[in-house]
Amino acid sequence: MWKWLHPYAKAEKSYALSGKLMPWFLVIAIPTFFVGIIWGLAFAPADYQQGDSFRIIYIHVPAAMMAMGAYSTMAVAAFIGLVWQIRLAEMTVAATAPIGAVYTFIALFTGAAWGKPMWGAWWVWDARLTSELILLFVYLGIIALYNAFSDKILAGRAASILTLVGVINLPIIHFSVVWWNTLHQGATITKFDQPSMATEMLIPLLIMIVSFASFLGLMILYRFRNEILQRESHRPWVIALVKQSLKTNKRG
Amino acid sequence: MAFTSLSDFIAMGGYSFYVWLSYGVSLLSIILLITNSVFKRKKIFHQVEQRLQREQRIKAAENREDIL
Repeated sequence: MWKWLHPYAKAEKSYALSGKLMPWFLVIAIPTFFVGIIWGLAFAPADYQQGDSFRIIYIHVPAAMMAMGAYSTMAVAAFIGLVWQIRLAEMTVAATAPIGAVYTFIALFTGAAWGKPMWGAWWVWDARLTSELILLFVYLGIIALYNAFSDKILAGRAASILTLVGVINLPIIHFSVVWWNTLHQGATITKFDQPSMATEMLIPLLIMIVSFASFLGLMILYRFRNEILQRESHRPWVIALVKQSLKTNKRG
Repeated sequence: MAFTSLSDFIAMGGYSFYVWLSYGVSLLSIILLITNSVFKRKKIFHQVEQRLQREQRIKAAENREDIL
C-alpha cells in the first residue's frame, strides 16, 4: 500500500516533487502575508493596555511558533535519517536549520523591541527568553556542525544527532511560562481553553501564522532542492538540468 | 480601521520606533534568507557549468595532442 512512497527516496524524484509543490506554498504564503500584515497593522483594534505596541505580536508569535515548528520538522527528519539511513531526510535537516535560525532571530528581536516599551528592558534573563536564545544557539550549532565536515554523509549524521539532542529544549520553551515565574506572558492560543484574545485581534494573527508556516514550507523545499543539487552535482540528471538552464538561461 | 490618518498610522500611538523597527528588521531578515537561498542555487549551477567547461577544454586539448 505504501509502495508509492519508494521512488521518493530517490533524489531526482524528490527534487521534481518539491518543485511541483513549491507554487502551492507560494500562493498561500503571499496573500496571507499581505492580508495578515495589513489587517494586523491597520485594522485590528489597539490593545487596551499595550496600545499599538501590541501589533508586534503579528510577527513575534508566528515567528516564535514556526521556529519551534521548524525544529520539530528537523527532529522528525533527523530521526528518520538516522534510523533508516535515508540521506534525503538528513538533507531536510540541513535545509531547515537556517530558516529556523532566522525565525528564532526574528522572534528574539521583535520580543526585545516589544519588551523595551512594555517591560522597560530590551532583555531580561527570563526563562522563556533564555530558552529561546538557547534554541538560536542550537540552530547555529547545527548549521556550523553541518558545514564543518566536507564529507556530507558524515556531516548529515552529526547534524542529525545534535538535532535530536536539542529536542529537549522544545518542551522547556513551551512550558517555561508555566514552570517558572516569568515576565513573559503565558500561552494565549496554544492551550486547551478558549484563546484569551479578542476575535478581531486573533484572526489576523492566525492568518499570519498560516503565512509564516507556508513560507517555512516553501523555503524548506527550496533549500532542500539546493542540497540535492549540491550532493548530486556529478549525476547525469543534474548535468542535464544545468545544460538545459544554459540553453534557456533561466534558473528560477 | 484603527487609525484616523496616515500620520496617525505611522505614529503607532507613540510606539512607532518599536513597531517599525520590529517589522523592518523582520522583513530584512526574510529578504536576506531568500537572497541567500537563491544565491546558493545560482552558485551550484555556476559550479557545475564551470566543471563541464573545464572537462570540455581538457577533451579538446587531448584531441589536439592526438593530431600533433
